[in-house]
Amino acid sequence: MQFEAVIGLEVHAQLTTASKIFCSCSTAFGAAPNTHVCEVCMAAPGTLPVLNKKVVDYAIKLALATNATIHPVAVFARKNYFYPDLPKGYQISQYDLPIATGGYIQIEVGSQTKRIRLVRIHMEEDAGKLIHDEHRPVSFVDFNRTGVPLLEIVSEPDIRSPEEAVAYLKKLRAILRYLEICDGNMEEGSLRCDANISIRPLGSKELGTKVELKNMNSFKHVQRALEYEIRRQTALYLDGKEIIQETRLFDVEKGVTVSMRGKEEAHDYRYFPDPDLVPLKVDDQWVEDIRQTLPELPDVKKERFMKEYGLPAYDAEIIISSRHLAEFFEACVKIFPKPKIVSNWIMTEVLRELNREGKEIHETKLTPELFTELLKLLEDNVISSTAAKKVFSEVYKTGKRPAQIVEEQGLRQESDEETLRAICQKLVKEHPKEVEKYRSGKKGVIGFFVGQVMRETKGKANPKVVNKLLTELLESE
Amino acid sequence: MSCFWDSLLSLRERLAKKELSSQELVKHFFERIKEVEPKVRAYITLTEEGALAQAKEADKALAAGENKPLLGIPLAIKDNICIRGVRTTCASRMLENFVPTYNATVIERLRDAGAIFLGKTNLDEFAMGSSTENSAFFPTHNPWDLERVPGGSSGGSAAAVAAGLCAGALGSDTGGSIRQPASFCGVVGLKPTYGRVSRYGLVAFASSLDQIGPLTRTVADTALLLQVIAGPDNRDSTCVDQEVPDYLAALDMDLKGCKVGVPKEYFGQGLSQEVAQAIEASLEVMRDLGLEVKEVSLPHSPYAIAAYYIIAPAEASSNLARYDGVKYGFRAEGKDLLDMYKKTRSQGFGPEVKRRIMIGTYALSAGYYDAYYKKASQVRTLITKDFAEAFKEVDFVLGPVAPSPAFKIGERTADPLEMYLSDIYTISVNLAGIVGLSLPCAFSEKGLPIGLQIMGPHFSEERVLALGHQFERALGLFKQHPGL
Ligand SMILES: [Zn+2]
Repeated sequence: MQFEAVIGLEVHAQLTTASKIFCSCSTAFGAAPNTHVCEVCMAAPGTLPVLNKKVVDYAIKLALATNATIHPVAVFARKNYFYPDLPKGYQISQYDLPIATGGYIQIEVGSQTKRIRLVRIHMEEDAGKLIHDEHRPVSFVDFNRTGVPLLEIVSEPDIRSPEEAVAYLKKLRAILRYLEICDGNMEEGSLRCDANISIRPLGSKELGTKVELKNMNSFKHVQRALEYEIRRQTALYLDGKEIIQETRLFDVEKGVTVSMRGKEEAHDYRYFPDPDLVPLKVDDQWVEDIRQTLPELPDVKKERFMKEYGLPAYDAEIIISSRHLAEFFEACVKIFPKPKIVSNWIMTEVLRELNREGKEIHETKLTPELFTELLKLLEDNVISSTAAKKVFSEVYKTGKRPAQIVEEQGLRQESDEETLRAICQKLVKEHPKEVEKYRSGKKGVIGFFVGQVMRETKGKANPKVVNKLLTELLESE
Repeated sequence: MSCFWDSLLSLRERLAKKELSSQELVKHFFERIKEVEPKVRAYITLTEEGALAQAKEADKALAAGENKPLLGIPLAIKDNICIRGVRTTCASRMLENFVPTYNATVIERLRDAGAIFLGKTNLDEFAMGSSTENSAFFPTHNPWDLERVPGGSSGGSAAAVAAGLCAGALGSDTGGSIRQPASFCGVVGLKPTYGRVSRYGLVAFASSLDQIGPLTRTVADTALLLQVIAGPDNRDSTCVDQEVPDYLAALDMDLKGCKVGVPKEYFGQGLSQEVAQAIEASLEVMRDLGLEVKEVSLPHSPYAIAAYYIIAPAEASSNLARYDGVKYGFRAEGKDLLDMYKKTRSQGFGPEVKRRIMIGTYALSAGYYDAYYKKASQVRTLITKDFAEAFKEVDFVLGPVAPSPAFKIGERTADPLEMYLSDIYTISVNLAGIVGLSLPCAFSEKGLPIGLQIMGPHFSEERVLALGHQFERALGLFKQHPGL
């Protein structure tokens, strides 16, 4: 029996506004505990929230970028529950009247484009952080994060596999980053993801019992948690056992999901409209003003890169995944108009370094000028592709000019035919057995000679020229 | 040189004429407080030192010829309004030692106007009650009869004004908490339009109903205080961005020919004979003033109490969730987090507060929300529409403030429902968000004050105060004081 997974994601994106959503405290990350707090975000008696309009700007941006419907009247609601990191005893969120509903995010599945529909986008405030003492049964609360603005983005259960889930998250992150409203860092918690997942026999239209998954702090965790959950639910189904509606946590160490609470223990949040905040009115002018500020978005950029630079869909998708990378690509192509060569190098050498360091291109020493200079040296046969890779990592590390590195390290390639012919002739003379083999039809032996030339020249010989010369020598006589 | 019964306006004049200094004035009030306060118990906290320092400053400013609306005038503040550095208890164990680091907006404005604070007045815990008996500390006594309640929840402020323990006071009104004690204590009390006065720094009971307002000896004084505290505030989103008119200048406006509506629903069962007669007599005075009196209908008013006792507790259950023992206020030790929460809230809150938190929590619960909270909100809309309809026909609506004069301490504590009925004539005004003014209109046979309520549409404070002022001058009751 074949099964399919039905997955919906709930993403919380922490916004990069300078101040909190309902007070003027800073949102900066990493300050000493309880230094970015005031009586409002600490819920002192008598204090009142006042909405930071920037948060609404950001919500409108995302709504426009995902083709969601922006509502002219949105209402903040209180989500009531007790927890020490929630100073008011309720979180100000949105419930039945969120700022936006509908819309979609486009992902690549194989060679197909698929739309994952959105249920809603709403604004809310973040909670604080609990810090547990390792030695005593004592916990501390840091309220710096309390009131940092969040957008919650809820998808329809349109996702059918862990890969699609990751593709959706990556695309959503790209959009958030293009809009410059969220830094999208999952490890640091500025982008958080919960999943609802159920399985059903392939072809069935009914929905199975859904399980909520939490505590997935990277794309890899999301992938692993969903894979595990599909296996777990499938096994239960095949054993004729019941799948229980519950919330499960992903255990990173063991790679499994563990039950956290059942349906009966589910919170009753007693949502009701927050009487401290008047209904938010968003008029057409506001939306239009925001629309004017939107950058070219990932999907549009991708189309353009395919058309304008002739990039394959796969390359384009990767390069547009980051606005900075896409800008880097375009700047390079302007100087060195061979898009495919640029994209090949970006997708291999450049991304390898970026991923290794977890950096964005603009955070490194690599500039389009340096990078294209390197590509030009390779193009002009001044260096070999092996040397080019060496030069690249040096440029990436130091920001030195490629030409300088080539000179300093003596990486300039030997292409002079006279010099190389002499070496080749000498080697052919020294290895009559191999020459014999070649002439009896074992053409592969040429590789042996190339290797010898390389050894003789300490790798500086231009392999193309060497090949040509050796072929001439071995074929003649 | 008595000054305890002077109006704010008269004190202002005397201070300006250098008949007395602000420091003398403050000292006189503290002498009076030493003598009378043990019988009345209007104050939770007295701030003598701070008041004298403020008075000294005021005298300097007066000497320099500065002209501020309340320069050097001593006021009392209900103890659910935050004053920086002064304990703000809400008459609750939960906040017994809470000292705010910020001023309420109204406090900032009063300070800017030169006012001086004598202390913080008693109230029903978190403003929940109608007799000030729900104070966690002690009940306040009615200055007209010490065995009776002063009303509530702003009972301390009303009693302080009535007993000459301050020149004027601020209270807060969620379902009648300014007007009913004003009526019981024979003083003037105003519940302004919702959104007229900033709520920032007022410890929330029910956010969509709460409003700060003055309690004074005359309507003109109420106009003066409102003038100072009203107006938009960027710290309170529900505070309306609307200019504040000159209330004092409007007091003598010509109201002849204006129409006064009397809702027929207000004169049924439960209204005491004495109060009914007092209102009847007041209507005569209105006619004498040249106003036309006619009957109106507020058909949904019988449902006001029911709707109020869903909406207010629902909001309260959420507003009071912050008192969890984690950040400030009372904390009981517990064996774990849940235990700490339970013990803190069980021991920190009094019975009436707990009752309302439970009612409110229930009303908002999944499966009950539609039947209770949503329904109550719909009733609220209908009540607002009732008033809108009535105000198409009349300029004011008149009625009683409370069904009876002040009752005895302990008389109604056993039955919360009976206590809730004390607010039957005041609650609708909060639900609709309109203006409600309470002012003395008669004395009962036993010599207890009876209040009249003048209601007006949203932002009609100018006219409501003008009518109150003209009525008050016609009657002259403000010249009577309790024999303390
Ligand atoms: Zn803050």
